[in-house]
Amino acid sequence: MSSEALLIGLAGVLAAAAPIVFATLGETLTERSGVINLSVNGTILLAAMASFGVAVTTGSLLLGFLTGMLVGAVVALVVAGFGISLKQSQVAVGFVLTLMGRDLAYFLGNPFMGLSGPRLPALAIPLLDGIPVLGPLFFRQDLLTYLSFVLIFATWAWIFRTRPGLSLISVGERPAAAYVRGLRVNRMRYLYAMVGGALVGLAGPAFSLSVKAGWKGTISGLDGYGWIALAITIFGGWNPIRAAFGAYLFVFLQWLGLVLQPSLPGVPSQVLQVAPFPLMILALLLVNIGNTEWVERTLAALPDSTRLFIVRVLRSLRASPPAALGTPFEKE
Amino acid sequence: MRPGVGVSGVALRLGAVLLALLFTTGILLVAGAPPLEAYRQIVVGSLGSVKKITDVLVAWVPLVLATSGLLVTFAAGLWNIGIEGQITLGAIFTTGALRLTMDSGLPPAVAIAAGLLAGILGGALWALLAGLLKAYGGVNEIFGGLGLNFVAVALSVWLIFGPWGRPGVASMSGTEPFPDSLSLPALAGLRLSPWAVLLAVGGFALVFFLLQGTYFGLRLKAVGKNPRAAFVLGIPTVRYMLLAFVLCGGLGGAAGAVQVTAVYHRLIPAISSGYGYLGLMVAMLVNYQPTWMPLVAFFFAALNIGSIQLPIVLKLDSSLAGVLQGALVLFVLGMEGVRRRLRRPRVRVGE
Repeated sequence: MSSEALLIGLAGVLAAAAPIVFATLGETLTERSGVINLSVNGTILLAAMASFGVAVTTGSLLLGFLTGMLVGAVVALVVAGFGISLKQSQVAVGFVLTLMGRDLAYFLGNPFMGLSGPRLPALAIPLLDGIPVLGPLFFRQDLLTYLSFVLIFATWAWIFRTRPGLSLISVGERPAAAYVRGLRVNRMRYLYAMVGGALVGLAGPAFSLSVKAGWKGTISGLDGYGWIALAITIFGGWNPIRAAFGAYLFVFLQWLGLVLQPSLPGVPSQVLQVAPFPLMILALLLVNIGNTEWVERTLAALPDSTRLFIVRVLRSLRASPPAALGTPFEKE
Repeated sequence: MRPGVGVSGVALRLGAVLLALLFTTGILLVAGAPPLEAYRQIVVGSLGSVKKITDVLVAWVPLVLATSGLLVTFAAGLWNIGIEGQITLGAIFTTGALRLTMDSGLPPAVAIAAGLLAGILGGALWALLAGLLKAYGGVNEIFGGLGLNFVAVALSVWLIFGPWGRPGVASMSGTEPFPDSLSLPALAGLRLSPWAVLLAVGGFALVFFLLQGTYFGLRLKAVGKNPRAAFVLGIPTVRYMLLAFVLCGGLGGAAGAVQVTAVYHRLIPAISSGYGYLGLMVAMLVNYQPTWMPLVAFFFAALNIGSIQLPIVLKLDSSLAGVLQGALVLFVLGMEGVRRRLRRPRVRVGE
């Protein structure tokens, strides 16, 4: 492979990861506040269909993207309403919504099947796009991809470097303490669920109006990305930068599978297509295994030198969810 | 459905059904379709004739088997989303066993029995994998199970196109169909096998008895409600959890085995037909209690079969069934939440 083709491939990876980055950032924000929104997969499909439909009918890309975000926010509002105000299991509601979102997308998307619609054009940034290597990699993308770069750092800075971010963390970790400190726990959870949901929703048009433009019903090839995004959120340890790294790693491996396929005739294509899923399990295993009791017990029995090394490796990988994730907050 | 659901409970449930119908009607209107005609097609398509009703039962069998299994994992407090993969692995193991016994000259009854047992084993092993990942790897069963679902589908597609492919014409239509002698015998002129129904009834009875009438069931529920307390009281929680996975996987595997031996007579790519995910919805709708499950499962199966008419007659997508099923579960959950709010003494502090 020539270096030019390699650059184009890698630039494609950065662009193709944008929807997954949006979804993981959205879910990270949501879960940081203590709400788990399991509807991601259905939300992305519904948002992709709705925004494509709106963009085709009105001819406006902007309206399309806004529709996607609105769909995501509304679905998140349902999850939050059921989970926070009606005290139902967030996992149950999210799961129902993920199936319903998919079915709604396929049902209502019927008239838009296979239509050709608008697609977000690439927009090179003058001067910067001339830089060797970095130019073609980062500065000849479309607006959405630039937005995904910016949002990674913006979300990180918001959570870890601002006062409202600190409040967000406290609401997800110790809601009772946050409440005593004067924070309106449930109101904040509604807010972050909806903002996060809007970001998840943005992943829909990011697919249907850019990365995988169009709507093709069940063969759109979008089913499954939402679940991947949820897993990457865990892999990312609820940290936007690590989550984005997970998203890029995932898309990179997918691309690698595609590139390597011709040179690996012995490996059937079906195996390479699902390779991300065992990898996802493996990644979750690496992130979580340090938290299990038997590992701690086994490690305690090892000699110090090896033990310290393993502990350091596990600790660097380990991630724990926000302590109050998925549990409603009740004022006494 | 707690034991003491009173009149208000029934009223709220009826309200939920009405709201779900209202919501679905709204969706139909948005799609520009005639709602009453769509509903009529679903009813006629599922209950319109004896043949249709037996078709609903064909779908009811795997749904009841899968949901019965899920009631066990739910009792243990587990979200076994991996049920889809467990059904698929059951179908794969059954197909494998039938292929092995096909040319061995075993009597067909023995071969079919071996196929069913292999299916149960396959589902149980796949579930055990998800259980081990959770118990010893800290991998949440939702994500472990989900990943394994995708792997299971890939495995079946690979087998269909590769080692088990039809000679020369390997395609999405599945493996070479088995001879009639290797099928569960069906009723004359119908697709329904009474043996499959018997298997579903047996699976349900087993779970009903296990959960309602044994100490095992009681301990399992203790693990589900509060694993730490159960562990302190001397229940080996990990072993119970794994056992719940194995039981559920076995029942899911049986569903897959039925799909091969009684419905498709071969392995096809989407052999689980979504009955695992549908089973999760049925379980939620009956509040994870067995009593009403077979009835609700019949209703859901009827919606699935009835909606097959929609694309043919009204050019609508059959996913409408899923919309109605989802809306039902959602509004029942919502009504349950409303009921709790109404019952609770209102104490308002600040905010």
